[in-house]
Amino acid sequence: MFDKMIYIDNSASTRLDERVMDAMKPYYFETYAVATSEFGYSMGIEAKEGLEQARESIASSLGASAEEIVFTSGETESSNMAIKGVCAALKKKKGEHIIVSKIEDFPVLNTAKSLEKKGYTVDYISVDAEGNVNLEELKSKIRSDTVLVSIQHANQEIGTLQDLNTIAKICKEKDVLLHTDATHSYTRVPIDVVKTPVDMISISAHTIHGPRGVGALYIRKGTPIEKWMDGGYQETNRRGGLENIPGAVGFAKAVELVTPKENEFLSSLRDYTIKRVFDEIPHVTLNGNKTQRTPQNANITFHYVEGESMTLHLDMRGFAVSTGSACFSRSLEASHVILGIGGDHERAHGSIRFTFGRYNSMEDVDAVVDAIKEVVSQLRAISPLYNK
Amino acid sequence: MKFPYTEKVLEHFKNPRNVGKIENPDGKGLEGSPACGDMVAVYLQVNPDTQVIEDIKFESYGCASNIATASIITELAKGKTIAEAKKITWQEATEELGGLPPVKAHCSVLAVEGLRSAIRDYEEKHGLVSEKEPTTVDIVRSRLKHVMNPMAGLDIVRTEIVTKIEVNDGVVRVLLDLPSNHQFAAAIKEDLIEKIESLWDVKEVNVVFTE
Repeated sequence: MFDKMIYIDNSASTRLDERVMDAMKPYYFETYAVATSEFGYSMGIEAKEGLEQARESIASSLGASAEEIVFTSGETESSNMAIKGVCAALKKKKGEHIIVSKIEDFPVLNTAKSLEKKGYTVDYISVDAEGNVNLEELKSKIRSDTVLVSIQHANQEIGTLQDLNTIAKICKEKDVLLHTDATHSYTRVPIDVVKTPVDMISISAHTIHGPRGVGALYIRKGTPIEKWMDGGYQETNRRGGLENIPGAVGFAKAVELVTPKENEFLSSLRDYTIKRVFDEIPHVTLNGNKTQRTPQNANITFHYVEGESMTLHLDMRGFAVSTGSACFSRSLEASHVILGIGGDHERAHGSIRFTFGRYNSMEDVDAVVDAIKEVVSQLRAISPLYNK
Repeated sequence: MKFPYTEKVLEHFKNPRNVGKIENPDGKGLEGSPACGDMVAVYLQVNPDTQVIEDIKFESYGCASNIATASIITELAKGKTIAEAKKITWQEATEELGGLPPVKAHCSVLAVEGLRSAIRDYEEKHGLVSEKEPTTVDIVRSRLKHVMNPMAGLDIVRTEIVTKIEVNDGVVRVLLDLPSNHQFAAAIKEDLIEKIESLWDVKEVNVVFTE
């Protein structure tokens, strides 16, 4: 049914890679036992081996060791676990103050808000017009009772990459723990925990052609964190609940399949999109950092038109993209990211996010830019703000 | 394909009727909805003898339902007298389109307001408006009937979110049965202020949430 659909919303989620499916399948149909200890039966031992191999590969992709990886159900759980777990562990010892950026994705942002309701103080660090976190402000907000700083690596909407090395350095100097949500940069822009002293990293499988409902949290050895979900002794007693072995194996396979060459290819799709739009459509603004951005993301505001109208017209022409317009959201709220970079309602209103993946091509870019050219001029023709 | 809209909404969205401007219109209205950032402009050409709307055009800076509701409003109003056109309600417009998702009901309110403001403009220009009335609780309440409760797709008066209205020397205070951290609190507040602060003698609008 969607065979002809050109899907350019890969930061929302991606199509599963068949090779990932192939890697997962044996853990559903052959080695389907739960992971057992080495004293269990052989199918369980083998399942455990599959799980631990997956953990090894995820760990090595970050320069970490296997025992520093906890598998979770995804970005939301990882970030909840990181922030709430550390807060619970350090509440009495250190205090009740945390710091996040204004443009965090909802798992971090709403975890912070939920802690605020429980009495925590939260500072929301502002960003500049390109979405770069204000480092001076960050420095000035760290206090003696600050438990944790949580600042994303890459932004979900505008693709801006934060200067994680400097942020980590600031946190080390001030002796405060740092968590980063790297869902939108993981494997696309490498992080090496040996070089970058970040304490916790949230990652997810479904944004890199892996299965949905699987993610992981990197927890640097020695980080004080309370057990997240009560239950069994799984994940070395850090998260209760039966391990999702096929998911973990699929996640590891998805990571293995991302290559530097693919990331270069995605950058070329991104750059070509931006170039064609800027060459051929007047009154457009690029949202996010011009150079320090994820390879897969182009976010552009088409002034004088509204995003939901654009996405619906594009949908009818067979393209899937998303927008930061309030009209597109269930809560009627404009994108907090675009508002956070100092954009007004108008900037969010006409913003379109293109996020590319493995199954996109240069032809897709040509097709979507051709379509958007038509749609924008059609909608501008009926816009009271556009001077015809 | 799966869309949240009726065939008729999609048809008006794809092929909106009466689009554009009228040069030197007899009446013109421009309304915006801060709830979502949409805007609609309505232009009228009215026969001075019969008061019949002979031509009507609109422009939209908005989402699909904004375009579709504005389009249907122009169809409903064309050929009617201004007295008749004034009575067109957002419910009628919504019905005519075969319904709208509740969260989009405010779009049809905006389209109706665009039409009414164009009619008001016509009446003002042609000396058809009576003296300015001072703002009362009733006037505020009737305006608040145009502020949508997106959860229900009905206005905040009818859905009993407005618990109290006070008007005191140009200061309007509206109490809402809604927590300040509610999903729609910010959107409703913005919309509410916009509707009330345009009253000629209102100096200040205060919105009070339950916490």
